[in-house]
Amino acid sequence: MSIAPSKDSGTHEPPDYREVQASEEFGELRRAHRSFAFPLTLAFILWYLVYVLLSSYAGGFMGTKLFGNVNVAFVLGVAQFVTTFLIAWWYSRHAAAKLDPKAEAIKTRLEGEA
Amino acid sequence: MSNLQQLHQQGVELQLAAGGAGEHRALIITLFGVFVAATLGITVWAGRQTKGAEDFYAGGRQFSGFQNGLAISGDYMSAASFLGIAGVIALFGYDGFLYSIGFLVAWLVALLLVAEPLRNSGRFTMGDVLAYRMRQRPVRTAAGTSTIVVSIFYLLAQMAGAGALVTLLLGITSEAGKILVVVIVGIVMILYVTIGGMKGTTWVQMVKAVLLIAGTLLITFLVALKFNFNISTLLGAAAENSGQGAAFLEPGLKYGATATSKIDFISLGIALVLGTAGLPHILIRFYTVPTAKAARKSVNWAIGIIGVFYLMTIALGFGAAALIKPDTITASNKSGNTAAPLLAEAIGGGAGSTGGAILLAVISAVAFATILAVVAGLTLASSSSFAHDLYVNVLRKGEASEKEEVGAARWATVGIGTVAIILGVFARGLNVAGLVALAFAVAASANLPTILYSLFWKRFTTQGALWSIYGGLVSSVFLVLFSPVVSGKETSMFPAADFDFFPLENPGLISIPLGFLLGWLGSLLSKEEPDVRKYAELEVRSLTGTGAH
Repeated sequence: MSIAPSKDSGTHEPPDYREVQASEEFGELRRAHRSFAFPLTLAFILWYLVYVLLSSYAGGFMGTKLFGNVNVAFVLGVAQFVTTFLIAWWYSRHAAAKLDPKAEAIKTRLEGEA
Repeated sequence: MSNLQQLHQQGVELQLAAGGAGEHRALIITLFGVFVAATLGITVWAGRQTKGAEDFYAGGRQFSGFQNGLAISGDYMSAASFLGIAGVIALFGYDGFLYSIGFLVAWLVALLLVAEPLRNSGRFTMGDVLAYRMRQRPVRTAAGTSTIVVSIFYLLAQMAGAGALVTLLLGITSEAGKILVVVIVGIVMILYVTIGGMKGTTWVQMVKAVLLIAGTLLITFLVALKFNFNISTLLGAAAENSGQGAAFLEPGLKYGATATSKIDFISLGIALVLGTAGLPHILIRFYTVPTAKAARKSVNWAIGIIGVFYLMTIALGFGAAALIKPDTITASNKSGNTAAPLLAEAIGGGAGSTGGAILLAVISAVAFATILAVVAGLTLASSSSFAHDLYVNVLRKGEASEKEEVGAARWATVGIGTVAIILGVFARGLNVAGLVALAFAVAASANLPTILYSLFWKRFTTQGALWSIYGGLVSSVFLVLFSPVVSGKETSMFPAADFDFFPLENPGLISIPLGFLLGWLGSLLSKEEPDVRKYAELEVRSLTGTGAH
């Protein structure tokens, strides 16, 4: 596997970013970010839109009482809060495990372990 | 945004709070005075440590993730969220809840796609990232323009709405008195920003966020106590007292009336969820922390704090609906904006009781603090962009000393603050709904597409950026101009005129896809090749943090 080139010691040349960008190591970092963040963004936006559409066009369903005075609309609304908290937590866990170490490794090498 | 929409929903005649706000005026003014004195003290202290551009724009980048998360919450939870959402829920039940959800979910866009790359690759403004791989001068000009337009609309709405609200809570009815209130708010805000820069403003946001959360927690706890911590009992009491029955707990009372109002709601929903990650005053907060990891942490804190706050607005709104007759709420303010203070009074023992008077004063003072902090954040964002994007990088072609740059930012603050005061005085009589809706819709139409394309699409070009920013900006402003917000309805800015050929109040449904489309099309049709070298630099830096400032 090719790794991102390191900065030549002793010179003040900026790193060759095109070479870094093309390296397999950076490609992995990009994939780890995009393959997680892009589908998840699409998913939560769709889930939010479903909720908005149900609120607009499915009043009867949303008004169904589940327990006491608590109906489907209320539970789905609270569910939006819960999924938001969960997605934030999930992304942060992914980032700490899969993104930060890779990013740190490339950054350290490019900045010449200063 | 909902808040302000509500603020002026009925035109402008805000009436005096029932029960005579005048009685509590002395207490409210004292508490508010203490807040202003304390925050100005903090500002002067922060100002002593503000020397270079990095201090003024980014607070020295030394705030922790938690501190910045608190400050972001302070910037985001406007008086509007607090009073507006509680008011809509109190009057229309479930439909008010929909706002809270859009405002919160929007933060995931910022967390997953924007906060960390922005922190890694920019220095001071949103324009830093938008113009990174592009020809500097045209794109900086576009980014600066859209930053200032979004911030001024947001600012103007806060000034106008807040002025009216403050007037209401203090029981001032004379025109001169109302103008005086707007001027005082403006002057305090200019002092915060010119003296304290980002450091002072950040501390003000933190203090305000703590006060707002503490005040809301107290009221929520008292409401919960009253209903034995049983949500079903609370909802039942609210539905019964509202006179609407079960319909009060279902969607549709406010937005379900016609086919158009339903589509309008979808448009608003889209603008809310995509607008947040394009709001310049929110984006520049990510520069106040040292690393991308800290930026991530600050968004997580913000999501937690803002989420809990919006959950509490349920207790506030339904609590007000359950304990106060709807007639009493609308008699105090037609749009329900005084529902939260009225609830505070009721839960403290009722009108005329000492407990009621104290709680009302506390909640009103918190609302004032909220208004002040939000306008300060907005002014800082627009003056930063004016100085850094337009003055230094466009007019002076990057050839200005740091001292000149900070000087320009301070003068811009005074200028923009003065403009906001003047517009705020004139806008007192205007329906501000369109202004706030516009701020979110413009942010989502003009800023977000360019931010995302710049960071993630290698074929994006200068022409694409310009088409997207100006196209999103012009289309959203244009559509609002010809919407019922401006003319054709009783609640319009110009009710007598009639040129509303666009039926929706929120332009997002059209202008946001247009902004994305134009960015794509402009790049495809561009004669100029994308700058691959610059893109490589931006991509590597944004993902790894190499060379971050």
